[in-house]
Order: sequence, then structure tokens, then C-alpha cells
Amino acid sequence: MVLAQFLVLGAILFSLGVYGLLSRRNAVTVLLSVELMLAAVNINLVAFESFWNTAAAHGQIFAIFVITIAAAEVGIGLAIILLVFRNRAAANIDELDLMRW
Amino acid sequence: MLSFVASPPVAVTVEGQVPELSEGGFFAGTAWIMLVLPFVAFLMIVLVGKRLKGNGAELAVGAMGINLVWASVLFVQNMMGGIYREVSLRIGEIGRLGWHRVSFELGFVVDGLSIMMYWVVAFVGFLVFLYAVGYMEGDVRVPWFFASLSLFAGSMLVLVGAPNLIQLIIGWEGVGLASYLLIGHYWEHKENSDAAVKAFLTNKVADVGLILGTILIGTTLGSFRFSNLNEAAAAHSDTLGGVALAGGLLLFFGAMGKSAQFPLHVWLPDAMAGPTPVSALMHAATMVTAGIYLMARTFPLYHEMATEARPWMVTIGVITLFVLGFLALVADDLKRVLAYSTVSQLGYMMAAVAAGGYTAGLFHLFTHAFFKALLFLGAGSVIHAVHSNNMSDMGGLRRRMPITFRTFVIGSVSLAGVIPFAGFWSKDEILATLGHEGYTGFMWVAIAGAFVTAFYMTRAVALTFFGTYKGHGHPHESPTVMTGPLVALAVPSVIAGLLNIPGVSWGPIRNFTDWVGARVVPMGDYHPSAIEWNLAVYGLVAALLGILLGWRLFSPEAETQAGRDRLEVPVLYPLLRRKYYLDDLYMNGVVDPIKGPIARGVDWVNSYVIDAVVNGAGFVTAWLGHLVYGRLDQQGIDLVLNAAAGGTRGAGKKLGLAQTGKVQQYAGAFVLGALLLVVVFVIIT
Repeated sequence: MVLAQFLVLGAILFSLGVYGLLSRRNAVTVLLSVELMLAAVNINLVAFESFWNTAAAHGQIFAIFVITIAAAEVGIGLAIILLVFRNRAAANIDELDLMRW
Repeated sequence: MLSFVASPPVAVTVEGQVPELSEGGFFAGTAWIMLVLPFVAFLMIVLVGKRLKGNGAELAVGAMGINLVWASVLFVQNMMGGIYREVSLRIGEIGRLGWHRVSFELGFVVDGLSIMMYWVVAFVGFLVFLYAVGYMEGDVRVPWFFASLSLFAGSMLVLVGAPNLIQLIIGWEGVGLASYLLIGHYWEHKENSDAAVKAFLTNKVADVGLILGTILIGTTLGSFRFSNLNEAAAAHSDTLGGVALAGGLLLFFGAMGKSAQFPLHVWLPDAMAGPTPVSALMHAATMVTAGIYLMARTFPLYHEMATEARPWMVTIGVITLFVLGFLALVADDLKRVLAYSTVSQLGYMMAAVAAGGYTAGLFHLFTHAFFKALLFLGAGSVIHAVHSNNMSDMGGLRRRMPITFRTFVIGSVSLAGVIPFAGFWSKDEILATLGHEGYTGFMWVAIAGAFVTAFYMTRAVALTFFGTYKGHGHPHESPTVMTGPLVALAVPSVIAGLLNIPGVSWGPIRNFTDWVGARVVPMGDYHPSAIEWNLAVYGLVAALLGILLGWRLFSPEAETQAGRDRLEVPVLYPLLRRKYYLDDLYMNGVVDPIKGPIARGVDWVNSYVIDAVVNGAGFVTAWLGHLVYGRLDQQGIDLVLNAAAGGTRGAGKKLGLAQTGKVQQYAGAFVLGALLLVVVFVIIT
């Protein structure tokens, strides 16, 4: 089994996520990008785990944690976006500057 | 550091028999509750009294009621068999006497003497409190009045429960303070607050004696406990020998003030300025008995060691009982008549205790408490009805106030000493003691005093209740809450004397002699073993003659005489009206010089010497302050602080610009940071 392939896949996915995070205006797309980055991390975790093949399966357990947290995070994020959309009739992230100094 | 020091009953055999003393039961062990409860009531009334339905009276009456239960149980226990228990709580160390530590202790004593006092204070106190609920209704500052009453009774209980001289002084001063507050209850009138100040200051003069005596005895003996003092006195200890006379006289001087002995009696008649329930409490149970109590508590000191002091003390007592009794003859104020009568009766008690009649003096205190409280409450009931203290505004109240009239007459004949009322038996015992101890002359003076007593009481009754009404309005009988206590006090005023008839006993109930004899150190005083009939007859004849003469001069039939309430005997009458010029002597001889030249001199020293130093110090301090403020503070420290604050503010403003609110900018910065870290790690590894 070749570890490098999985790592390259993870890196590509992560970079795509970063790009999406920084470039997209739509808040939903930004959230999707974040999920992409998390998925990349999960791939790395599982890949390393199966490469080292430890009995304790730390990587898998960790991946499951990440998925759980990602789900919670998306839930909250989508709720926020929904409320913002209702109030402002737009979900463009660059227009949201309520938290300015 | 607190530690319990409980002293077991130590039987010191000095003169034969020590009565078998038990430790008492639950009630004796928890007797401290009686000392604490009135203070709890005091605090609660002060805090929440105004918001209660009864203006806090229910708290005062309740606390006193519980005390009465406690005291009654102890009283009955002690009636059946003697109790002695003493508990002291060590609070701290005052100093050392050689190797010996002198400690400051608080605690309580439960023995024959204190149980008798507990009960008198609780019984009279409870009835007076109850009466005051009716008397003070609609008056000013009722919650504060009841708070002060609780303080008064509580201080007295602390005083009589004291196992040592220091706690006694605490209670003693508490009583003085509470009496000051209560006498000056209607302080809006100058004369009332003057009377309060007079009472307080006269007592303070005497307190000097008490405090010096306490210090003298305490430092000599190494202990302030009464039990140690009495044991030392009973054993004729050499340590105590040197100071016994001086200490005894100093303590007696203190007692003279509280118990209104000549010539320190001047405050007591003026103390009538307070509301009548206060007078009743003060004259019967809580204040004036304190001096007699102190003499009885330290009785062995006088009986065994300070014997040279006793003739002087008896003389003072006899002067008080005879000379001051006359003043009651000319007073128009009903309460003042009773006040002088109290002074005179206190003279009897003091003379008896000083002559060696421990039981006789205390027995008179016991019976006197009932009939004097009764008389004062009766007078209060009359005053409540006619709105005047003066007998010239009364008269003819016999039909209008039947209960008050009947109880007042019972109190009067008891005070006059008519057989078989309580006063007869106790006065007879005093006469017997005086005769037995060799004060035959004084005994005859005391018999003459009984005549005077009967005379002025008859005058008071005749002027108040007989003849025609001379006041305004239509007086009528007081409410039940006031007449109830009158009836309750009339009962012991009649029968209390039967408790100590020489040679007569009532089954399991022991004689009064045995009750108050329940002490660690036996008192060894004289009790007649049978009634001395000739003395009893003399006393009775004197009393009856007094009543007869009083009735002859002041009865309604004598009304045709001009000025029925006075007999203007030349020389004597003006002398008595001016109260033997004692008040004038004190005002002109003591108070005015202090107020005048001495006060001015002190004022001069104060303004020109002391103030100069104080002002100089103040000026220097102010100058230094200016210097420190102007130079050091404003130009030194503030500069640094302002610079620091300015810098922080500027930096904050600059940094705030980075806070754009755009999430993607933050994310970009974050990614850049992460990349930077990656680069750093790569380089390092």
C-alpha cells in the first residue's frame, strides 16, 4: 500500500478547500469548503492509521470525532446563514461586516 | 481561647451545717438562657419591632414569659431542696499575679440567692411588661420602650447571675444605661432628660467605689469570683485580711448609689420622670435591689472580715429608712410618695443586711418587690385614668376604680406592716435582727420608721381614693391587661410573708431562710427560732398608730381643713419640701462649680494648650500633604501613569483597524499564519 497517493489526495482536497474558503462570496460555498478541508484531514488520519496499522485504531477514532464535530459545526453554520439570509435577503459573506471595530 | 471551667459544689464547712446542695436538673444547667433571652428580644425589637403588630411588645413579653417559666421551675426546685451550680466560661486573661493567672470569665450562678432574684425579676418583670402593653398603648416610641425594658431586665439578670465581680459590673452598668434610657423616655421635656442625666451621674459617682473595690479585691485575691471571695472571707484568709475593710467599704459605696442610700438617694425620686411601668420595675425588681443583692452576695466578707464597716453601714441604712421616709409626707406627686417610701424600705434592707441579717434583708427585698410593684402599677393605673401625677388632682377614685383601689390598699397595708400581710413578717424579722445584733437604739428608730411608713401611705390612700374628685374628665377603671397584673401582684403581697414565719413550716416547702441559704459558704446569720411577740406587737402598734394618725389628718372628714394634703409644721415643712436642701447642696456645691470655674478652666486649657498642639500638628500635616500632592503626585507619578495610558490607547486604536469584520480576511490571515508555521517547521527539521 502506498501512503503517498492518499497524502497527495488529501493535500489536493485541502488546497481546494482553502481556495474555496478565501475566494467564494456565497456563505454556503464557504461552509462547503471548510467541510472539504475537514475531509482532507480525515483522509490523512485514516491513511496514516492503516499505514502504521496499530491495534488501538487511533486514526479511525479521531476521524469519527472530526466527522461528528463537522456535522455539529455545519448545523450551527447553516442556522446562522439562514438567519442572516432572512434578515438581509443575501448570504454574501463579504457584505457581513457587523463585527467591525 | 475559650475553655469551660465548671466548678463543682465545694462544701466548705465553716460554722457547722452546710445544707445538702444538689446540682439541680436541666433547668439549672440551662439557666444561662434567662440571661441571654432578653438581649435577643432587645435586638429583635430594635431590628423588626416597628413592623410587628404589637410594636415589639409581644417579643418582650414572650421572652420574659419564657424566663418566668425557667425561674419558676428553679424556684420550686429550690423550695424543695437546695440547688447550687456555678458555670464560668473563660474568655481571656487579664493579667498575672505572681504565677497565678487572673482571668476574665462570664457565666452564671444558680444558687439560693440568685434563684430568688431570678424569680423576682422574672415574675415582677413579666407582669410589668404585660401591664406596659396597656399603659403604653398609643404612646411615643413604643418599640424602643420595650427594647429598653428588655435591656433593663436582661442586664439585671446578668447582674444577679454573675459568678464574678466583673460580670456583675457589666450587668450593673447595663442596668444603669437602660434606666437612663427609660427615665428619659419622654426626653422632649428638659426636666425628664435632666432626671435621666442625674440618675446616671449619681450612679456613676457610686460606681467608682464599686470598680475600685473590685480591682482591689480582685488583684489581692487573684480571682474575681464571688465563691473564691466568700471562701476566703469565711476562712479568714490573711491575703484578704489587709484589704477586707477597704474593699468592703468601696463595694458598699457602689451599693449605696444603686440602692439609693443616703446621701446618694437623690436620683431615685427624680427617676419618676419615666413612664410608670419603668418606675415599678426599677423600684421592685431590677435596679435598686442590685445594691442589696451585692451586699448579700458578698455577705461573708462583711460578716466575717470587714466587721468594722458594719456599724457605719447600719447607720447609713437607718438614716435612710428614717430621715428620707419623712419626705414622702410632703410630696404631692403620688409616684414621689412611693419613691421616698422605696428609699426608706431600702434603708431597712441595707440596715438588716449590714447588721448581719442576710435572710431578713433579702426577705424584705422579696416581699417589698411584690407590694411596691403593686403600688406603682396601681399608681400608674390611677395616673393613666386622671392624666396627672398629683394627688391634688385625684380623690374619690374608690368607686370609679374599684380593682385599682382594692389592690392599692392591699399593697399599702402590706407596706405599712399590718399583720398578716407580707410586709409585717419581713419588717418584723428586720427588727428582730437589729435587736439581736445589739443595735437596740436603731431598732427603735426602725419601729418609728414603721410608724412614718404607715402614716404617709394612709395619707396617699386617703388623698387618692377618698373624698371628692378634684381633677378633670371622668376617670374609669383601666383595661384588664393592666388590672390583671395588679391582682396577680396582690396575691403574693398578702401571702408571701407566711413563707418565713419563725418556727412555722409548710410541709415539703422549706422556709425562705433555707431557700436563700443554699450557698456554698454558709451565711451564718441570725434567725429567730420563734416569733418574738413583743417586737411584733411594737411594730404592729407603730403601724396602726400611723394609719390612725394619717386617717385622722387626711380622711374626708378632715376635708374642711384648709390645705388638706399638707401639714405646715414650721421649720420641718420647708425643710422637707426642700428635701433637706440636699439637692441644693449638690447643685450649688458640686455641679455649679464644675459647670462654672472648673469647666471654664478646662475649656481654656483645651482651647489654648491642647488645641494649639492639635492645630500645629494639623497644619504641618496639611503642608506636607500639599507638598506631596503638588510635586510628587501630580508631576511625578501621574506623568508616568498618563504616558502609559496614552500609549495603550494609541496602540489600541491602531490595532482596532485590523478588525474589519470580514471573515475571509481573517481566514486568509489564518492560512498565511499556518503556512508560515509550516515553513518554519520545515526549515527547523
